[in-house]
Amino acid sequence: MATDTTAAQVETDTQALGPVVNFDKVVKRYGELTVLDELDFSVKPGERVTLIGPSGSGKTTILRLLMTLEKVTDGVIWVEGEPLSHMRDSGGELVPANEAYLRQMRKRIGMVFQQFNLFPNMNVLRNITEAPVHVLGLSKDEAAVRARELLELVGLSDKENAHPSKLSGGQQQRVAIARALAMRPDILLLDEVTSALDPELVADVQNVLRDIASSTDITMLIVTHEMHFARDVSQRVLMFDKGKIIEEGTPERLFSEPREERTQKFLRAVLEGR
Amino acid sequence: MSWWNNQAALELFPLLLEGFRITLLATLLGSLLALTLGLVFAFIDRTAPEYIRRPLGWVLQFIRFTPPIAQLFFAYYVIRPNLGIGVDALTVGIVVLGVHYATYNAEIYRAGIEGVPKGQWEAVTALSLPQGRAWFGVILPQAIRRVLPSLGNNVIILFKEVPVLSAIAVTEMVRVGKEYTSDHFAFYIEAFTIAGLIYLVASYPTSLLMRKLEVRLGN
Ligand SMILES: Nc1ncnc2c1ncn2[C@@H]1O[C@H](COP(=O)(O)OP(=O)(O)OP(=O)(O)O)[C@@H](O)[C@H]1O
Ligand SMILES: [Mg+2]
Repeated sequence: MATDTTAAQVETDTQALGPVVNFDKVVKRYGELTVLDELDFSVKPGERVTLIGPSGSGKTTILRLLMTLEKVTDGVIWVEGEPLSHMRDSGGELVPANEAYLRQMRKRIGMVFQQFNLFPNMNVLRNITEAPVHVLGLSKDEAAVRARELLELVGLSDKENAHPSKLSGGQQQRVAIARALAMRPDILLLDEVTSALDPELVADVQNVLRDIASSTDITMLIVTHEMHFARDVSQRVLMFDKGKIIEEGTPERLFSEPREERTQKFLRAVLEGR
Repeated sequence: MSWWNNQAALELFPLLLEGFRITLLATLLGSLLALTLGLVFAFIDRTAPEYIRRPLGWVLQFIRFTPPIAQLFFAYYVIRPNLGIGVDALTVGIVVLGVHYATYNAEIYRAGIEGVPKGQWEAVTALSLPQGRAWFGVILPQAIRRVLPSLGNNVIILFKEVPVLSAIAVTEMVRVGKEYTSDHFAFYIEAFTIAGLIYLVASYPTSLLMRKLEVRLGN
């Protein structure tokens, strides 16, 4: 009886927390081109969601909107119950977010890019400590301790003084993952993080992400064409086409028995292509 | 050797060297001004609102397309007397050359900043780095590295432009040579051969250094 109450309590708490990410009728247009048309979806705390879909279906756009690299055309993005694309004016009305507001909000979100985007003018350690020192206000020593823990996690403890250009793509990407995690984001965005890598380097990066998925409760939005990887780390897959979710489900279900014809076609193409 | 007077040459050499000291000083300070002010111009061009950028653009364009000697006369005969405080000709010359080459350097910096990949800005945003860190920690170091050879080249061009300051009676090296020869109505060969050699001795190692720098930055 007591355990039941606790379980029920936990349940309501989680519900009270609500989704970490919520897209509410989000529209994104580039000129005439409508990439996202009134998109609704939400992600629960700690959930790992994989976004799949053909090229141009809007997967990257979704992550870039969340990272505040792009602005919504219409609709509202919410993060942890607070507006991200918008902020409240003195009357409590939602108005487009200004730069100062975005600066505060985006700390909760980290992103790893397809092309790594490490800072070539800094060594590996500096790449990781730069933001903790200058954004979170950690001392250099504290940031270095944190960075070394993360370098160990990604298997690059011996590379802290290396220059990014001297690392393989896989190593660079693992540094980029460590750099994103050093900010302790609540949400991690991964946009095709292994697709710029030579095939033999993909597994190392994926293993690091598997470790992170199993050892932390960080919420993840993952864009990938690697179905095995998606199956290992994510609880839910969203299949996009032309900026709309046309099917969603657990990876087990969606990959083995896709219901929509377009999903079937897409999965077949991915399997043949790789 | 009737065309070459050793006596005059020996007398000229220390005088020319003293003039060269002024030339170097003007090059050094002028370039320092050109490099910092150019960066400031480029920075304003990237960050300031339109109503500041546009008029600044006109002014820079104007400075770039008028000859330094005209600017020098204007600064010396029009602006300087109105300053109230005594500013010597050398200072006026350094400021005029510095500002003139700053307008060129601004273009170079601008190209350098534009050449930094978009992904660097995106990483900066994804890490929430403040604007100051983004510029001074990430973007400018990469931008400047790219354009260091071009900036260095402008230092050399400014160096060769210093004799223009003789027009407002700054006793840089060429002016020293000219004064000596007009005093004696002779020794042109001695004066300008030695001056040329001094230029060569100073320029050659600099150009070697620059080439080395370019090779190093190339990879
Ligand atoms: N800055 C931009 N300006 C104009 N159009 C853009 C811009 N960014 C993206 N698009 C367009 O938006 C659409 C969606 O792009 P997006 O990058 O989100 O697709 P994606 O699903 O990530 O595709 P891929 O699998 O190829 O990465 C595409 O048609 C793309 O051309
Ligand atoms: Mg994409």
